Amino acid sequence: MSVDKQQLLQFLLRQGDNTLVLGHRVSEWCGHSPILEEDIALANTALDLIGQTQMWLGYAAEVQGEGKTADDLAFLRDAWDFRNVLLVEMPNGDFGQTLLRQFLFDAFQSVLMGRLMKSSDEQVAAIAAKASKEIAYHVERSADTVVGLGDGTEESHDRMQAALEYLWPYAGEMFESDDTDAAMAAAGVAPDPAGLREEYDALIGKVLGEATLTIPDSRYNHKGGRNGAMHTEHLGHLLTSMQWLQRAYPGCEW
Amino acid sequence: MYAQMIKTASAGVKSREEMTDQEREFQDKIDNDIKIEPRDWMPDDYRRTLIRQIGQHAHSEVVGQLPEGNWITRAPTLERKAILLAKVQDEAGHGLYLYSAAETLGESRDELVRLLHEGRMKYSSIFNYPTLNWADIGAVGWLVDGAAIVNQVALQRTSYGPYSRAMIRICKEESFHARQGYHAIMKMAFGTPEQTRQAQSAVDRLWFPAIMMFGPTDADSTNSDQSMAWKIKVKSNDELRQQFVDQTVPQIEYLGLDLPDPNIKWNEERGHYDFSDPDWSEFFNVIKGNGPCNVDRMKDRVAAWDDGEWVRDGLLAHAQKKAAAKVAAE
Repeated sequence: MSVDKQQLLQFLLRQGDNTLVLGHRVSEWCGHSPILEEDIALANTALDLIGQTQMWLGYAAEVQGEGKTADDLAFLRDAWDFRNVLLVEMPNGDFGQTLLRQFLFDAFQSVLMGRLMKSSDEQVAAIAAKASKEIAYHVERSADTVVGLGDGTEESHDRMQAALEYLWPYAGEMFESDDTDAAMAAAGVAPDPAGLREEYDALIGKVLGEATLTIPDSRYNHKGGRNGAMHTEHLGHLLTSMQWLQRAYPGCEW
Repeated sequence: MYAQMIKTASAGVKSREEMTDQEREFQDKIDNDIKIEPRDWMPDDYRRTLIRQIGQHAHSEVVGQLPEGNWITRAPTLERKAILLAKVQDEAGHGLYLYSAAETLGESRDELVRLLHEGRMKYSSIFNYPTLNWADIGAVGWLVDGAAIVNQVALQRTSYGPYSRAMIRICKEESFHARQGYHAIMKMAFGTPEQTRQAQSAVDRLWFPAIMMFGPTDADSTNSDQSMAWKIKVKSNDELRQQFVDQTVPQIEYLGLDLPDPNIKWNEERGHYDFSDPDWSEFFNVIKGNGPCNVDRMKDRVAAWDDGEWVRDGLLAHAQKKAAAKVAAE
């Protein structure tokens, strides 16, 4: 079954914008983490995410077919054209909030990539195969840290519980489905995200349980990122720094 | 090179006659280029001086993340952002090897960090200068890592085994950084007039701070003799500075930028470039804490450490619970 190019483009932008925006957020930690090993780990995570972005947005630009590059897509679109979930644009907060956000995202990615490796689209499958090795390490590390801090001291537990309550309403958007998802599923490019929820819940339930954290009862979730309908106020500020040089000095080679 | 003005702990170089048998045996090893290893006997002053030097070097790697981190979120392309992230990750890794080297001398990382945060240890003066435009990031890789390499290549021959081996590993990565930095500044120098202006500004601002990295002139570097005899220091500050100037001036010329010092001139007779001394009063001011960024750099590092206390405590408490559970299960 042939794939609608516009729908495929939307799908690829969702992947690439997630990794771009989260990679940017993680890179904001540079030199400020609680211990040197974490500075290294955070830089490494950000680096992996930016590498994945180059692949996703590179393919997106190719599918778009307007002669643009991954950089054009990253640096020259405004907020309403971004298709990342709201979760990844949420501010870093303290180290616990950053790692909890990372875990909620890594867990989703680890479930998704297993499916994408079997995509009918060879390029999607190849990107997923490469990214999945990094994601396996990311989810192991973020899960270990969430467990360590959740089941650490009273203070670290309370901070992690507060982070979970703050971020939980943003987890559900990753499982929203729309026409794009239906088209991807029909063409065998990607699974319908709604179908991944059960596996995700089992994974995070185990880790958060070990971390002695309580998942909030509410399943209410904010949305509007992955379809661009309504991002948070945070994204505009993030793009203001990220895109500044390209906007201030257009058309340069760097 | 990120160690400057290291005060050598010593009452002066002893003659062979003044040395004890142990000291003579130690000096013989050094003179024969046999590395000193952690379990070997060494004079207390040798140990103390090395801890200061390696500690300062480690601190420099860690604080050095800040001026580059200042541009990670504004890097102009995905590739430049990835290169910069990889570089900063390397620097933090260098910090780790060096703290480990200091630990082999019996000084813990926590203690060295405490001394830094209390203002009792220093890091390289260069990191007290700001990075103000994107070309500065190229210039930091090219000039700052370039200056570090000149010093560190010499230090690969240093007498203390773990330090020497750390230098060999670090130099490989630093050479890569210097090449990437030069590539980044080439793009700027050969770019639009606005980019060229940024490149010129970077070279003008960072030239003197870069040549200050080698420390005061030999005439004012009174602590060197013992460090040279111990091969903790292998070449003099002025020798290293000249080597850096000689390799860097043609690179500035290749970029088509104006030289940052009107007195830079090839001296046929010496076979070296002549150049102006930096303003040493500025250098001593930066060392004393009066550089443009000293206060903010330390504020950032201390805040990172203090804000992270609950994380370190939490992870430690968890590790202890796990260890206790394992013992109970056995």
